[in-house]
Amino acid sequence: MKMNKYIFNDMGVMLGRSMRHILRSMDTIITVTIMPIAFMLLFVYVFGGAIKTGTDNYVNYLLPGILLIAIASGISYTAYRLFLDKQRGIFERFLSMPIARSSVLWGHVLTSLVSNAISVAVIILAALLMGFRSSAGVLAWLAVAGILALFTLALTWIAAIAGLSAKSVDGASAFSYPLIFLPFISSAFVPTESMPPVVRAFAENQPVTSIVDAIRSLLSCKPVGNDIWVALAWCLGILVVAYFFAMLAYKHKAA
Amino acid sequence: MSKNEIAISVQGLKKSYKNVPVLTGVDFQVRTGSIFALLGSNGAGKTTIVKILTTLLKQDGGTAVVNGYDVASEPDSVRQAVTLTGQFAAVDEILTGRENLIMIARLRHLKNPRQLADDLLTRFGLTGAADRRVSTYSGGMCRKLDIAMSLIGNPQIIFLDEPTNGLDPEARIEVWKMVRELTDSGTTVFLTTQYLEEAEQLAGQIAILHEGRIIVSGTLSELQNLFPPARIEYVEKQPTLEEIFLAIVGKKEEK
Repeated sequence: MKMNKYIFNDMGVMLGRSMRHILRSMDTIITVTIMPIAFMLLFVYVFGGAIKTGTDNYVNYLLPGILLIAIASGISYTAYRLFLDKQRGIFERFLSMPIARSSVLWGHVLTSLVSNAISVAVIILAALLMGFRSSAGVLAWLAVAGILALFTLALTWIAAIAGLSAKSVDGASAFSYPLIFLPFISSAFVPTESMPPVVRAFAENQPVTSIVDAIRSLLSCKPVGNDIWVALAWCLGILVVAYFFAMLAYKHKAA
Repeated sequence: MSKNEIAISVQGLKKSYKNVPVLTGVDFQVRTGSIFALLGSNGAGKTTIVKILTTLLKQDGGTAVVNGYDVASEPDSVRQAVTLTGQFAAVDEILTGRENLIMIARLRHLKNPRQLADDLLTRFGLTGAADRRVSTYSGGMCRKLDIAMSLIGNPQIIFLDEPTNGLDPEARIEVWKMVRELTDSGTTVFLTTQYLEEAEQLAGQIAILHEGRIIVSGTLSELQNLFPPARIEYVEKQPTLEEIFLAIVGKKEEK
């Protein structure tokens, strides 16, 4: 497929369009930014006193998991927006226009990255107000940003599969519930050592724990060890597989 | 007819969905600058033909040439020449009317998108609603915006798939007027409809699609000639409900 010289212009238009959708949807803003902050308040000021994590600053411990929950709920809206576009006539209008074919889908992917980056930044600001502190340097922060971006991208492609192949609005966003739930059965809120064996085995071997641990180590200037590689492998693995199936679904729709 | 006089040429077009044949050999030609109406009942395959001609769907057999380009082998060139106004208004409901028009102008890489949008808003009488979200528009306003979006970039051929479906009589007459005006500038209009009156009102050429084939085609008078010559009978003419409705609401259709 030849590269369309307008691909960046077209993607920019699509990005601007979806970002307007987000900014005009109170529901989206509440779910992807206010809810995670509420979770953080709840865990720090209600449950936090009873949770033993071995650190004196529970906000520091909690933040990585909260960010992943925010991203997981953020991408469910990507699926939702994609589904609505597909269901309504606008998708067909775009595809019958002389625009870069891939820009319709990539516009959504780009929107997902940008909007999740914004909500992550807002949540980090809220965490700072709640006492989150990090001595991490620029490189460590860049590594955290990279892992979060990769995680967002991987989940976005899963969202693309859901949005493109769902039969109903509910179906398009329901797939994200397990993703939002996954951080709860991980090291995001409490150390896995306190869990019963079966749960602990699951928690320690699912992607969220390695991602959370890697980010936590980076932010607290501790050696990241293997966690970062396991985290990257999970993200890349999910990304490649989900991208393949999303493209298959897209080709099917945009044949 | 010479090559330039033919906007659309379809020969032996075939399409099945999962072994259910929808089109079993469709042939027709559309003259440049004319209004062509494809008539057929629900499910006859009208939308399937529109989708193939606008490169959204690939045919199983036969050829379709639009503006001199084969839809299967030169879809990009076809997309340069056509626009599609689908069965369901292909507008973005979250954006305003003006934003919708600017978006399409930018996707068509035109200069002064804002000026173009203003001109179209004026021409279609939507200036007052320009900065309201489309979700607040009536069905008729939505359809007007939809058609306005299809005119951006001056396409040679405009596809209107059931353009008056679900509109009230006043809005329908307005759409008819707009369609007639399109051909003043030499644009070819391909419309599908299940309303016989609509085809009679608008189309220079009419083709009837039935059981996967075009069973008759020609001008209205050619079709009328297929039947025995009219006998003159005197019948007391009662006003139709539509005539009564339009007389009461004070709009009269200009022919």
